[in-house]
Amino acid sequence: MTRPILEAKGLHVAFNGVKAADDVCIAIHDGEFLAIIGPNGSGKTTLLNICTGYIRPRSGSVLLDGHDITRLSPRAIARRGVARAFQIPQLFSAQRVIDNMMLALAATDGLWSAVRPLETAARRDEAMALLELVGLAGDADRISSTLPEGHRKLLDIAVALALKPRLLLLDEPTSGVSAIERFPLMEALMSALRQRRITALFVEHDMDVVARYASRVLVWNAGNIMAEGRPDEVFSNAQVRQRVVGVA
Amino acid sequence: MPTILAAAAVLMLAVLPVAAPWLQFVLTLAIAKGFAALGVAVLLRAGLISIGHAMFFAASAYGVAFLARAGVNDLGLLLILSVLAGALVGAVAGSFLVRYRAIFFAMLNLAVSMVFYALCAKLYGITGGTDGMPVPVPTVFGVVLGEPAFKSVLFYLSLGLMVFVGVAVQRYLNSPLGHALSAVHTNEIRLEYLGIPVWAVLLIAYVISAALAGLGGAIAGFAIGRVVPDFAFWTASGHLVLIAVLGGIGGVPGAFIGALFLELLHSAAVTVTDSWNLIVGMTLIIVIMFMPQGVYGLFARKEASSL
Repeated sequence: MTRPILEAKGLHVAFNGVKAADDVCIAIHDGEFLAIIGPNGSGKTTLLNICTGYIRPRSGSVLLDGHDITRLSPRAIARRGVARAFQIPQLFSAQRVIDNMMLALAATDGLWSAVRPLETAARRDEAMALLELVGLAGDADRISSTLPEGHRKLLDIAVALALKPRLLLLDEPTSGVSAIERFPLMEALMSALRQRRITALFVEHDMDVVARYASRVLVWNAGNIMAEGRPDEVFSNAQVRQRVVGVA
Repeated sequence: MPTILAAAAVLMLAVLPVAAPWLQFVLTLAIAKGFAALGVAVLLRAGLISIGHAMFFAASAYGVAFLARAGVNDLGLLLILSVLAGALVGAVAGSFLVRYRAIFFAMLNLAVSMVFYALCAKLYGITGGTDGMPVPVPTVFGVVLGEPAFKSVLFYLSLGLMVFVGVAVQRYLNSPLGHALSAVHTNEIRLEYLGIPVWAVLLIAYVISAALAGLGGAIAGFAIGRVVPDFAFWTASGHLVLIAVLGGIGGVPGAFIGALFLELLHSAAVTVTDSWNLIVGMTLIIVIMFMPQGVYGLFARKEASSL
């Protein structure tokens, strides 16, 4: 097994007495595509919020490459190579699709680039390549708020990829994406992740997507890890099938 | 706005005082207020309304008066130092004001500016109280000029600065920093997740906007020849917001168009009636109701439709 890129140890989080994480320990290793599945409200998104510094756990710690990042801000964690795509797309809705992408690309450049024009030929080409990857090249000059929900979701993922992360956290990447577009999107996404050697952790409700693309699955239920393993192992677990997958 | 149209507008402004010398003062003052309104417009991009920017306008104007009293007598040096003073006041105030949003930001700016106003009005021994401080005619690169000649130099210098600073601000707005500033208005969470520090983006914008207001204040101080606490009064801040909205925040020229429009309208209205406020107010209502993009929106729309 490769070394963990991200580790969470002994996480405790509760909202109004409801436990979202109860002494949870997880690790994600270099090159993995770890899927987290579980019922709505079981605390999956909370885990992503903790790992990206948006929520601080009551106790426990999060380590990135062995360094404690539990108390760091989302900004500081992003600068350490952790990017996130959201369940509800977080975009600059008044700006063009291409501007969303170029701003994300510029965020990884040095201070000097902050005062040079946002739109350069090289940056536009790079942005267009990523938009091509998620199938949004034709929407480059549209204002992002005018995109349909599924396309907004794709743009959110492309923006996260533009940060050239080492670890990508995806919150329900295929929700809002039409059934026809779902697998082509995942194929393109997985190809990009492999090419760029990006490790990914994704929360997902579509079990077909999980079965096909995850290298490991973690089943989250009421703030605890209920089961963990390869997709075929997890989906053959009777308890998981009954409580999470919905098949007795 | 197409470059040719902008160049024609600047050229027309340059020749107007030749045809009507009384306009020189009005136009100088309009450009000065245009700089300050541009400062307000920069912050409006982030959805932040400052009702206190007259403080920076006054800070630089007082800066000119204090420096002149201390023996600094060169126009260029006075302008640079006074704008730096405005920017410094902006950095100090901005360091805590940029933590706030919406009505809290607007009200805190107002509160801080009113403290500044009160200090200017009450510290009679230092600021001259409500009598204010004189701004003597400075030398221009060591050349001593009479007041009429200096006022002409000031006008053309202001015009040149309007073009130069306008281009610089447009470049800033087109940079990642400028786009990040607009992004603050729509999604601060995503900005943080891109690793971009929102407070730094806002503080830089705040200091730039304070420096712009300061530049306007320094020019106004030279043009009027006196600085009074009313420069910092809250109505002056409201006036700057009005100019920015009237001109339109869609582009840099909007602030100057708004300032010129309002100053010329005011100058024309006072010749017609004592109730000039009525004419100015009605015009503003019409512009705001029927031109949501401001006066600049008319030009921007023409540009868009001609593409």
